[in-house]
Amino acid sequence: MTPLAHSPHAHAQVSVGQVMATVMLALTPATLFGFWLYGWPAINVWLVSLGVALLAESVTLRIMGRPIKAALMDGSALLTAWLLALSLPPWAPWWLAAVGSLFAIVIAKQIFGGLGQNLFNPAMAARVMLLISFPLEMTSWIGAVPITSLAAPGFVDGLAITFAGTAPADGISSATLLGQVKTDLGRGIGLDQILAGLYHPDAMAWGQRAGSLGETSALLLLAGGGVLIWRRIITWHIPVAMLAGVVVPAFLASLIDPAHAPGPLYHLLSGGVILGAFFIATDPVSSPNAASGQLVFGLGCGLLTWIIRTWGGYPEGVAFAVMLMNAATPVIDRYLKPRIYGRDRKGVALTPAKESGK
Amino acid sequence: MKLNLSRRSEVRTLIMNGGECEPYLTCDDRLMRERAAKIVEGIRIIRHATGAAEVMVGIEDNKPEAIESMMAAAQGTEVRVVAVPAMYPMGSEKQLIQVLTGQEVPAGGRAADIGVLVHNVGTAYAVRDAIRFGRPLVSRIVTVSGGAVGAPGNLEVPIGTLASDLVRACGGLRGTPARLVLGGPMMGMQVSGLDVPIVKGSSGVLALTHAEVEQTQPGPCIRCSSCVRACPMGLLPLEMAARIRIGDPVGSVDWGLKDCIACGSCSYVCPAHIPLVHWFNHAKGELAARERLKLKNEATKRLADERNGRMERIAREREEAARQRAAKKAAAEAAKKAAAEAAKQAEEVA
Ligand code: SF4
Ligand code: SF4
Repeated sequence: MTPLAHSPHAHAQVSVGQVMATVMLALTPATLFGFWLYGWPAINVWLVSLGVALLAESVTLRIMGRPIKAALMDGSALLTAWLLALSLPPWAPWWLAAVGSLFAIVIAKQIFGGLGQNLFNPAMAARVMLLISFPLEMTSWIGAVPITSLAAPGFVDGLAITFAGTAPADGISSATLLGQVKTDLGRGIGLDQILAGLYHPDAMAWGQRAGSLGETSALLLLAGGGVLIWRRIITWHIPVAMLAGVVVPAFLASLIDPAHAPGPLYHLLSGGVILGAFFIATDPVSSPNAASGQLVFGLGCGLLTWIIRTWGGYPEGVAFAVMLMNAATPVIDRYLKPRIYGRDRKGVALTPAKESGK
Repeated sequence: MKLNLSRRSEVRTLIMNGGECEPYLTCDDRLMRERAAKIVEGIRIIRHATGAAEVMVGIEDNKPEAIESMMAAAQGTEVRVVAVPAMYPMGSEKQLIQVLTGQEVPAGGRAADIGVLVHNVGTAYAVRDAIRFGRPLVSRIVTVSGGAVGAPGNLEVPIGTLASDLVRACGGLRGTPARLVLGGPMMGMQVSGLDVPIVKGSSGVLALTHAEVEQTQPGPCIRCSSCVRACPMGLLPLEMAARIRIGDPVGSVDWGLKDCIACGSCSYVCPAHIPLVHWFNHAKGELAARERLKLKNEATKRLADERNGRMERIAREREEAARQRAAKKAAAEAAKKAAAEAAKQAEEVA
């Protein structure tokens, strides 16, 4: 006799592994672009992150006596490490990536109870930890040195940069636009003067700028985000709200004080806003469930990002903003639920329209 | 039953459900395509019986032929045929009402509360046969489908026919099916064999292959909220499931368990393959059992209380009686004593 099973007797062709794989696929163009832009060291950083994450995941699962294979196959550890790698400086030393991955998997994910239980987005928790512990390494940016160009390090040089800590040649290290603007504004230089030689929106949209490994190409990230929405892995709510949370205050501020507050396009194209809006804030585990809650969450992420960039001590605020909103998620979920059919927002049964209609 | 109900509350809108209850099932579709005129006649009979002012037939827009033939049949009558989006669970009464009238059935209420009555097109067909020819419901149309059926199709069969006969008539089984289901794939019931009869409510016989069943081990919830988006009732299946998992079915009621219509949409889409609706049904059963237990306990407690009260009363009465007896005795003794005294005195005097 066949074992009895419960309805439904059919299931959509989806699985957690497929979801994760689709997200990784959507990240691939921007990642490949990052490899091209920053050369071999970037590839090394990416490999180290992913490798260490897999190792950390299997060791912790083994210690806790949980099934290893199923958890490894779902791809969640890989995705976490991937996102972390994309938010590291491309020429970061290998140990930075390794420590970050370890922290993301062991502390931010498994100690909280594993997949689905973590309060914070593991990749962002790791990035914030690294930023606080190793501020120098985490802000050693390099300018674009496409792998096909002469200035790019070869494979062996790349290994030296990642694993032996060889300092990059002069003229390659560079500041991010956000960092530069923040420092110069602090020195009292006017915005138009700072931006004059630095700011080329069209080149930046493609990703020709200094920044983290995978956050630079706004267009490729947007395309990836589009794929996620099309595949119904994420909905538009969080990304749109988060972008709005950055754009609206930036626009208002630049109207009020054009000499010191850069406009919305500058904020969108610099730092990790696009990556954050489509790939990080949308992490299902640490974001709210209801559409209304997701809007609030996204707006909060955007707004906090802008606030930290404008007044905070760090030039970039996406990671902090996302983590702060992660912490608010349980509260948002508690109060913003979808309206139940046949009830009003407070959950009280509707009164029949027959009476109210008459 | 529903026809009776309508007499009690006034029905303004009659909705005929031409939306198939579940995927796979096509029996209503075929009925509407081929016997539209008879259905329309049945609808008009029902409308007459209920006195509804408005009649709508909602048909999912993935059935163009059915819509066309129903429209043709309804030409010149008060019956209005409306195409509704094909989206499970459109065949569910509450969802159909919402799409067609824009109103929602209040929680805990019935459709009749908002002046709506919903019937299936199959019912209209049966009503017509019953009223016109006095022919009771002795047959129905059943969908035989699933990847393991040789030639899937719809059959009109007498009620009581064995499911195995139906499958045989549809080309028999191809290989061993992974699962046999009576009803639809979302809410139907698994059966262990096909030696079961068709009853009034059997809409389908399905023999599903392994690929269709796609059964895998459930994994941890990744809070992807696919289930939230899928739920037609606006519930949070993942939160309800989280409460149930920790053995707190009462907590899941706060998140809407009582409004769950057990449609199975959430289980269907869950990438972690969590059997959500199964848990909900279990929790509902558990709650009902607790409710019963509570009632039983209350009844027992009441009986016990009454018994205690009785016992106390008896004890009190006994005590009372004892006291009275004692008092009487004392009084008697006192009287005796007094009498003796009096006698003694009298003696002394004498
Ligand atoms: S669909 Fe499944 S995995 Fe996704 S939130 Fe719902 S219960 Fe969790
Ligand atoms: S079974 Fe219940 S909780 Fe799940 S989708 Fe249907 S109504 Fe919603």
